[in-house]
Amino acid sequence: MNLDIIVCVKHVPETAEAELKIDSTGKNIEKTGLVYDINEWDDYALEEAVRIKEKQGGTVTAIIIGPQDSESTLRKCLARGADTAIRLTDSKFENSDAYATAKILHSIIKTLHYDLILTGMQAADDGNAAVGPILAEMLSIPHATMAKKLELGIGTAKVNRELEGGMEEQLEIRLPALISVQTGINEPRYVSIMGIRKAMQKEIKVLSLTDTGLTENDVGTAGSWINIEKLYVPPVEKQAEFLKGTAEEIAGKITEILKSRGLI
Amino acid sequence: MAKIFVLAEHRQGVIRDITYEILTKAREIAEKTGAELNAIILGNNIKEQAKALTEYAKNIFLIQDSKLENFNSEAYRQILTKLIKEHKPSLVLMGHTSYGIELAPRLAAALNTPLATDCIDITLEDGKLSVTRQMYGGKVNVEATARKAETYMATIRQATFTPKKPEPPINGQITELPSPLTAEISEKRFLQYVLPPPGGVDITAAEKLVGVGRGIKDQANMPIMEELAKSLGAVLACSRPIVDKGWLPSDRQVGSSGKTVKPKLYLALGISGAFQHVLGMKSSDLIIAVNKDPKAPIFSFADYGIVEDLFKIVPSLKNKINELRTQRT
Repeated sequence: MNLDIIVCVKHVPETAEAELKIDSTGKNIEKTGLVYDINEWDDYALEEAVRIKEKQGGTVTAIIIGPQDSESTLRKCLARGADTAIRLTDSKFENSDAYATAKILHSIIKTLHYDLILTGMQAADDGNAAVGPILAEMLSIPHATMAKKLELGIGTAKVNRELEGGMEEQLEIRLPALISVQTGINEPRYVSIMGIRKAMQKEIKVLSLTDTGLTENDVGTAGSWINIEKLYVPPVEKQAEFLKGTAEEIAGKITEILKSRGLI
Repeated sequence: MAKIFVLAEHRQGVIRDITYEILTKAREIAEKTGAELNAIILGNNIKEQAKALTEYAKNIFLIQDSKLENFNSEAYRQILTKLIKEHKPSLVLMGHTSYGIELAPRLAAALNTPLATDCIDITLEDGKLSVTRQMYGGKVNVEATARKAETYMATIRQATFTPKKPEPPINGQITELPSPLTAEISEKRFLQYVLPPPGGVDITAAEKLVGVGRGIKDQANMPIMEELAKSLGAVLACSRPIVDKGWLPSDRQVGSSGKTVKPKLYLALGISGAFQHVLGMKSSDLIIAVNKDPKAPIFSFADYGIVEDLFKIVPSLKNKINELRTQRT
């Protein structure tokens, strides 16, 4: 059974090991020097889509909203096995919240054929965890979030959702559906040289606000539910006592602490 | 009178802590704004659970239906859409939990009600909603405001507010309403709960834990961590990325979606300290953290911090401990 799958991806800065600074507007972080890549959760969503395609045939379309630079993330999607890619680029899209983002995606996805839409359950930057279900409501299709396992049947899918404390719940959901995935649902593959070469030749469709049928007031801050007023580095309520010195010295200090507490 | 709605979260007959956490914060907002605090509980045979809520809220809307035996976001959406349209509460709150994440955005979209998710603080003043939330895995805080609306919605991060029972108890009333659900929800059905596989290591029983995170970079580095744990007489635990990569089984995961641990020692290696992880280990007696980023949130929870490459610290530490053990024998 062939399935047409749409995967919504985001291009985000890698910040896990970076020290972040707030920029002069106070509403964003200083982006210079940060490396951008596919949002981690979307990486798993894309992998899941490609695996389904490989197993039962069909197509995978990757969609991104982002600046021209986000093309590198779309190329990665194509290299990994997406067949087509759409980039939605317009300065008016900037600062869209989850609601405005869902509206932009909806405007394009409603014109496409799909059996399944996959997204990451959240983005590593804003962490809203909201675009997927809003988009599903706009498309009037069922949805499930935080998927840890996905089994496709005829016209339905079984989804294991992550609950708290190591438990999951299994749902049966009718297709077409939108499913947002949690990390760990699969192991995203490395991209082969062949894949990259092939991906460079594939065409990426680029669309802007006028192609969406939306107006300026539907997107960006004007079209959002929630707008950022300011960003700041969280105040430190309690701070660790920092141990300094050479590795050898630090190791000695840790050992002393452990010894004094009877831990070694 | 303006109303504030709090959706009670329960699973397998137990009201979850997040419900009382939100009710505590909501009471504060209700008192400030002169609103009436209402809890909503949807389920099957849950009268007792509804009673427990009367200590916290003025009014409890109770809807019982066999179709609500297990959480179903679509059933909840239908019921809550109707309730919110009828009562026009100024604020609707629920947890940023696996249930809230499934339900809130779709409900907000159905009502076109501004929604702020994963809030760590929330203010309602002069009919305007402002929230504090986090971005970039907790490295940045955000003050945000909602577009002006009659009703606002927000999901609240777990373990953010400390639950406090009102003194004296509010002694609210239960208003049982008929279920508006007419048919089974056929597009989305609950099948079963899936428990983690039995057996394996019980990290909650360990006195000492070495927790490893993304900073260990490569599976090839796992043996070095294991050796250190062995020297320390500790058990190896980890944050989510390590389980996602398959380097350790899921029973080793510490955090909101894994285990909550309280060892005598928690040595965090290459763990930045995202709140989901911190939730599971912050009550440890002694926390020592090694991370390259001096601003890593883990240092706000650790007793001792080391801003250094963990691959320099780990071998030295292992040697020191082994030396000490040799001296003793």
